[in-house]
Amino acid sequence: MRLQTLSLPEERFKPATDQKPALHVRDLTVAYDRKPVLWDVDLDVPPSLVAGIVGPNGAGKSTLIKAVLDLVPHASGVVEIFGKPYRRQRRLVGYVPQRESVDWDYPITALELVAMGLYRKIGWCKPVTAPHRCRALEGLAEVGMAALAHRQISRLSGGQQQRIFLARALVQDAQIYFMDEPFAGVDAATEKAIIAILQRLREQGKTVFVVHHDLESVRHYFDYLIMLNMRVVAAGPVADVFTSENLRRTYGGRLTLLDRAVDAIGQGTH
Amino acid sequence: MILWTSLDTWIVVAGALAGAACALVGAFLVLRKTSMMGDAISHAVLPGIAIAFIMTASRAAGVMFIGAAIVGVITALLVEVVRRYGKLEHGASMGVVFTVLFAVGLILIERAARHVDIHPEHVLYGAVELVPLHVVTLAGFELPRGVAVLLVTLIVNLTVITALFKELRLATFDPGLATTLGINATAMHYLLMTLTALTTVAAFEVVGSILVIAMLIVPGATAHLLTRRLLPFLVVSVVVAVMAAFLGHIAAIGIPPWFGFEDTSSSGSMATVLGLLFLLAFLAAPEQGVIARGLNLAGLRLSIVTQDALGLLARAAEDPQNPDAGLSFADFCLVSRSPFTARAPALTVALLLLRLRGQVSASGNRYRLTARGRAEALRVLRAHRLWERFFYDDGQVELDELHAAADLLEHYTDAGLRNALAERFAGQSTDPRGRRIP
Amino acid sequence: MITQLLRVLSLADYNTRVVMFGTVTLGIAGGVAGVFLLLRRRALLVDAVSHASLPGVAAAFLLAVTLGGSGRSLPVLMLGALVSGLLGMGCVIIISRFTRLSQDAALGIVLSVFFGFGAALLGIIQKMRGAQAAGLDGFIFGKTASMIRSEALLIGIAALVVIVLTAVLFKELRLFTFDPDFAAGDGWPVQRLDLLLMTLVVAVTILGLQAVGIILIIAILIVPPAAARFWTDNLLVMVLLSALIGALGAYFGTGISAIAPRLPAGAVIVTVLGAAFLFSLLFGSSRGVVRAALWSRAVNRNTLRQNLLRALFEYEESGVRHGMQEQLQYLQSVRGWTVRELRRAIRMLARSGMIYHVSGQPWRFSETGSGAAMRVTRNHRLWEVYLLEHADVAPSQVDQGADFIEHVLGETLVAELEAALPRFGKALPTSVHSLSNADHGGGG
Repeated sequence: MRLQTLSLPEERFKPATDQKPALHVRDLTVAYDRKPVLWDVDLDVPPSLVAGIVGPNGAGKSTLIKAVLDLVPHASGVVEIFGKPYRRQRRLVGYVPQRESVDWDYPITALELVAMGLYRKIGWCKPVTAPHRCRALEGLAEVGMAALAHRQISRLSGGQQQRIFLARALVQDAQIYFMDEPFAGVDAATEKAIIAILQRLREQGKTVFVVHHDLESVRHYFDYLIMLNMRVVAAGPVADVFTSENLRRTYGGRLTLLDRAVDAIGQGTH
Repeated sequence: MILWTSLDTWIVVAGALAGAACALVGAFLVLRKTSMMGDAISHAVLPGIAIAFIMTASRAAGVMFIGAAIVGVITALLVEVVRRYGKLEHGASMGVVFTVLFAVGLILIERAARHVDIHPEHVLYGAVELVPLHVVTLAGFELPRGVAVLLVTLIVNLTVITALFKELRLATFDPGLATTLGINATAMHYLLMTLTALTTVAAFEVVGSILVIAMLIVPGATAHLLTRRLLPFLVVSVVVAVMAAFLGHIAAIGIPPWFGFEDTSSSGSMATVLGLLFLLAFLAAPEQGVIARGLNLAGLRLSIVTQDALGLLARAAEDPQNPDAGLSFADFCLVSRSPFTARAPALTVALLLLRLRGQVSASGNRYRLTARGRAEALRVLRAHRLWERFFYDDGQVELDELHAAADLLEHYTDAGLRNALAERFAGQSTDPRGRRIP
Repeated sequence: MITQLLRVLSLADYNTRVVMFGTVTLGIAGGVAGVFLLLRRRALLVDAVSHASLPGVAAAFLLAVTLGGSGRSLPVLMLGALVSGLLGMGCVIIISRFTRLSQDAALGIVLSVFFGFGAALLGIIQKMRGAQAAGLDGFIFGKTASMIRSEALLIGIAALVVIVLTAVLFKELRLFTFDPDFAAGDGWPVQRLDLLLMTLVVAVTILGLQAVGIILIIAILIVPPAAARFWTDNLLVMVLLSALIGALGAYFGTGISAIAPRLPAGAVIVTVLGAAFLFSLLFGSSRGVVRAALWSRAVNRNTLRQNLLRALFEYEESGVRHGMQEQLQYLQSVRGWTVRELRRAIRMLARSGMIYHVSGQPWRFSETGSGAAMRVTRNHRLWEVYLLEHADVAPSQVDQGADFIEHVLGETLVAELEAALPRFGKALPTSVHSLSNADHGGGG
């Protein structure tokens, strides 16, 4: 397939050179089974902010994160973290996958799960030792879960499970975080706790990307917003881009022609 | 030289009856994505059969069927219990249940062998050569007992499936809707499991459990590649199974002698033929076959390059500075934003095809559109500019990005989509750069 | 018979020692590798691989015989098994990738067709003049008696490799079997780890084929870990337990099949493992069925007892005095109990001496009963207040919530609850529901 024809030569774009963006994405196109899910995504997100990623179902929000993290193959595109290719900056990146993506009956405790965030630092073949467990416990304390450290993970509530996922990312000690729907199916207390953590991360100068569903809370939670519907409809400070016009273009039915075209491509090649 | 005896006929008849009975039930297993449940049950009925043997000291069909029905339901229940309490995924839970039951069954069969002439090997391969030895009279005809049992099973399966056709179809394709309409999807599940167990028991004595599993799963899977509608699906499944029984037996007695061996197990050979039939469908199915899809893709590529070439010629024709409205081979590659830059072979193929179709004429080194080619080229150009318009108005794409996106989409624009686009831009006659939309 | 079994189990003979060493180390290796196979959710794929190895075994035999060899050289047969097993795995992947068929169907197709083809080849071999095909039968149902020193050693080495690799890469295996996405995002080579795991599992499968048999070898890998799962929530303990169960199953299974040579060895080993599994399913300390049933029975009884204590307490609190019939009617209506449930609850309390009555008179609290009722009621009302004030729960739902929580949670929580609501001290808060509500049997 010639999806590459959608991407454009690199030199046409002059990236802002004065400040290196936390995340720089150029021409990112992702196709599952030859059917495009993300088209030509361009992003330049400055550091030290909390960015929301919103869009309707199937808009490619999770795919965007996974493509940035190199978890799904992309047809084309460049991803840079603080001005260098993603692969060389991996240790600066933390990730919170969707809660449903794992088997919560897996035989581990909350503490062991959080310690996974330290594995990269521990390195190949070396065991998890007491200092690491201490650090993991601190991580649990940061999300208010220290008391349940030794509980098996299936015996935690949905909100508690989400918190330990967050704690695992926190102990990764990254500069830039990607969180896939951390607010999905959590209780009010957990939601408040997560918000507090997001704010603390921003104060520490870190950059956080959050896939989000609830449009009502967008203004309160985020500084920056990426509105996605297979393509980036708008990206920028919340105050600038969170407009009814952009919302209509993101969620409205005007892109149905494009949907049909995508369908046609999917059927034509499958 | 093949020697065909009445034994051979009975083997084929038994295989075909077993195959048809299995394929009918198996089709639903495949559609419900529970094929391996068929595998599990056909292993798990063994202890039931063995216990029936030991208790009755005979091969009384009635007792075996009752035993099988019970074991079928119990297996399905056990898998559910192990999955729920053991927190195991479905596959692992099935694996635990059927291996353990099968192991217990093997041991019991050893014990049963004292009463009934049976061995673990019979369980796998069946004892098809023993078929004509026991004869029963059914409705005035003298039939081998094994064949009679299979015939009854096939009739039972046919009756149940015909009677519950609507319900099974709904429970298979839309369990949610089925439930709201008062059809119990769980009951349907257990019904299928019971039928599977019954069929397995009827068939295993004659053809062995290997062939039972193959006949349950492979015909349905083959049909899945060939049709999407339920009734043809069932018919294809049964036809595939019957064909495999016939061809399989011929292969079993016919092929080994080519290599200087004696004949071989018919069950194994029938299963192999099933695999080959599946392979055939996998490669050559009209829509989903690998070959068809390869051709489809090649055709698509071809239509893309020819349309690209037509598009370039149409633009050249619009160019007032191009006196003869034609392009040379080199021009095709050098025009700005040409899709043929560094793709000379593709261009050669495209031009050859266009000339064969009479859409392009060549004089000397120059290629020009014919009248027929012009009509087609205008259609392509129209789709391209409509898409550019669409992206510009609705998608807010920058001007210089437009061409690439439209370039891709123009090839996928069928008449319906083109009309929808045209309707959307009814008032617009120009593309974003102010050029006319043909 | 028993002395014979003891002789085998005590490893008195050299041959027995060799066979035992082979099967027990196989059990350990299977138990260890199987844990990760199970957690990676690939159990049935390995079943397909083992079934698909049969034509490889048969073809290797035919080839060896045609080339003038004996055809019974185990390494050759195993190589054949490995090649065709991997071919089968490849077919599963190709079928589920290039068709609309589910992986489930792909597994079934490969498993049955490959095995059927193998059976056809075996059929040819069995009718060959002068070929010693007897050795091949063991591959289907398993045969331990014929195991020789070099085979046992080979299995031992493989087991050692499995154990060492699992120990060294324990952390990595845990990470990628639990959360492959996170592991990949964290920079771990997930695909290579996956390949390593599958290599270990397939190695155990192929090495165990002759001892346990093609059909049942998968059980060596999945039954021990599935049984171990009922006893623990800790991965390391699960691995150790699974290895232990695998070893014991192999030990007793081999022992029994040594004195009953007619029984297929694989079936005996798997039956022993199955018994271990059944025992774990029923009595497992972490997830066992019996334990779960006992626990839910205890909770039910406790709930019934506490509900009656509180209902009776509130009956007395309301100051109304009726005869026994009216009292019973009141209690029944308050909780929506059936007559049987109410009788059961009263019997329970009466037997523990919390309530008593003179025949015909209403039920009264004893001294202990009155204290217990007071405590239960107090907890319930504290919870009501807490839920109302701290958790934004609507008053209409407070009763239910409090009802549920108070039966499940322990004393430390009650202490914390008291700390959160200091204004009540040790006193009994009044019900948050209006009194008239309580009179109508709304509970309180």
